[in-house]
Amino acid sequence: MEETQRKERRAADIQRLRQRSKNLRQHILTMASGKGQGYIGQGLGIADILAALYFYEMKYDPLNPRWEKRDRFVLSTGHYSIALWAALVEAGILPASELPQYGADQCRLEMSTIDTTPGVEMTGGSLGHGLGQAVGMALGLRLAGESSRVFVELSDGELQEGSVWEAAMSGSHFQLDNLVAIIDCNGIQADGPMVMNIEPVADKWRAFGWETTEIDGNDMTQIVAVLEAARQPLNRPKAIVARTLPGKGVASIENCEKAHFLNTTHVDWNQARRELELQND
Amino acid sequence: MWIGIKLVANWSCKMTKLGQTVAMGVSEAVQSQPVITAPFGKALVEAGARNPKILGLTADLGKYTDIFPFKEAFPDRFFNIGMAEQNMVGIAAGLARTGFVPFCTTYCVFATRRAYDFIAIGCALSRSNVKIIAGLPGLTTGYGATHQGIEDLALMRSIPNLTVIDPCDATETMQAVHAIAEFDGPVYMRLLRGQVPVVLDLATYRFSLERAQRLREGTDVGIISTGLMTGRALEAVQTLSALGIEATLLHVPVIKPLDVATIAELAATVDLLVTAENHVVTGGLGSAVADLIVACQTKNKLIKIGIPDHFVECGSLPYLHTKYGLTAENIVSTVLSALHQPS
Ligand SMILES: Cc1ncc(C[n+]2csc(CCOP(=O)(O)OP(=O)(O)O)c2C)c(N)n1
Repeated sequence: MEETQRKERRAADIQRLRQRSKNLRQHILTMASGKGQGYIGQGLGIADILAALYFYEMKYDPLNPRWEKRDRFVLSTGHYSIALWAALVEAGILPASELPQYGADQCRLEMSTIDTTPGVEMTGGSLGHGLGQAVGMALGLRLAGESSRVFVELSDGELQEGSVWEAAMSGSHFQLDNLVAIIDCNGIQADGPMVMNIEPVADKWRAFGWETTEIDGNDMTQIVAVLEAARQPLNRPKAIVARTLPGKGVASIENCEKAHFLNTTHVDWNQARRELELQND
Repeated sequence: MWIGIKLVANWSCKMTKLGQTVAMGVSEAVQSQPVITAPFGKALVEAGARNPKILGLTADLGKYTDIFPFKEAFPDRFFNIGMAEQNMVGIAAGLARTGFVPFCTTYCVFATRRAYDFIAIGCALSRSNVKIIAGLPGLTTGYGATHQGIEDLALMRSIPNLTVIDPCDATETMQAVHAIAEFDGPVYMRLLRGQVPVVLDLATYRFSLERAQRLREGTDVGIISTGLMTGRALEAVQTLSALGIEATLLHVPVIKPLDVATIAELAATVDLLVTAENHVVTGGLGSAVADLIVACQTKNKLIKIGIPDHFVECGSLPYLHTKYGLTAENIVSTVLSALHQPS
């Protein structure tokens, strides 16, 4: 009986989170429309993971984004800002009215994450910074006796930066149980499909001492399960290797050539919104 | 009086609507301006055809630094190192030790901020024949502080043995590529990419690694410019001339080694010097000129035009250029107020 209830609750959670993902993707379309080019593929690809973090796993106070006891989310790939702005709007930390200003003069929703905007833990854009700062935050929170946790997103291309592995080494050296790295493996980088081989990704993290799981990063059931498992105290940090699809959720963008800085001049935005609504996963 | 060159166009920046996202743009040529597409890549293919030792390297920014024409022409001589700038420079230094001439591309910020140690030790200290070609200098992107290479000239200029170049247009970019391909030694060159305006006449202009270029003669003020600010300065000196003020315009594409003699000569003939650069006013061309006039004891009044000493935000280029004074209008008004101020 309890088991049935648990299953029902889980199904309801997943349903609710999928709706959040859809909302994030709508926000992303609002930001991207009319801009001509952008990081829309990455944004749509990582929306499910952000929905699970912001509406299932992390504790934070939308009215007080600097709340000391909050969990931290560090977006290491600053150019994915479009996804973070969507999450912060959906979480009620930023107003939806700012969405169209993404990238415009005097905006707060810059092309790249900037820590002067509420809800942003780190200024991103130069890749290879996030994991080091996340290690520092996790260490600092542990030193301060806080139970807060740190979640950090990295991209597959970013794994080519040496600084990532310096930080990975220190994360396991300091046995940071409160640190979770999510590696968004969408298969592309600036010059196209991975130009420098990074595989086997999961084995690399394991070799660096991280508790590592590989998932389909667009499957909400898998995302929720792996986040729950990562709560387990194991005296080591957790790595989630998430395989994602650029443009996920909007068929016409999924079908575009997989490009880092996508030309969107041909995108019919009303059609894109309809495709998103019709999508069921 | 114009000397030595035929001007084919001015690089002007007309204000467009505020609030417009140009952070996405790849060119800042204004409509109707003559441009050359990917002048760097074009010239590198020519140089590569002449010298089989020339190689192309990038750190996952080939598409955005105009080096793909070289990749297409010489696929066996092109290496994409992935997003790993330190490693790219290290590999380039190693290749140079085996007799090759690697041209490495990334953005200014990543070349300098990330790979500085590797450039200083691996390339400059050993006088390795490595060429670093760096995109998005100063405010040529509205992307935000992480991508705007506003202090790279200061960083690179302070490394011994390094040659540092800030070309002003497509003509100079192409000529400079040939010059540095011939030159044996480490070079850092700022890259103008995409549709690059043609400011200097390809047929008559002669880029030199040794000489600064006097583009105009006048006795009221000396304007010393580099990089894209030279286009703006050309526009400014015309406006000033119409107002009865004649300027000498000295274009300094090579920031290091600096053409000390030509600058000192100018400093000795005018009271007012104005420097203009697409860079912070701390440590770039303006600072180099300041050092020089102190050393020469010419006692000029010097005004440095450039980005103030702080990080720049995201926004459209016309908006940012106006806000931070990288415009012909700002050069004109700076000169006017300096001349009308009692000294
Ligand atoms: C240190 C650094 N080097 C280079 C860049 C330029 N750059 C921005 S994103 C990117 C590709 C990185 O790969 P990834 O994040 O996997 O690409 P995506 O999935 O967004 O296409 C590069 C080279 C950068 N932002 N930072």
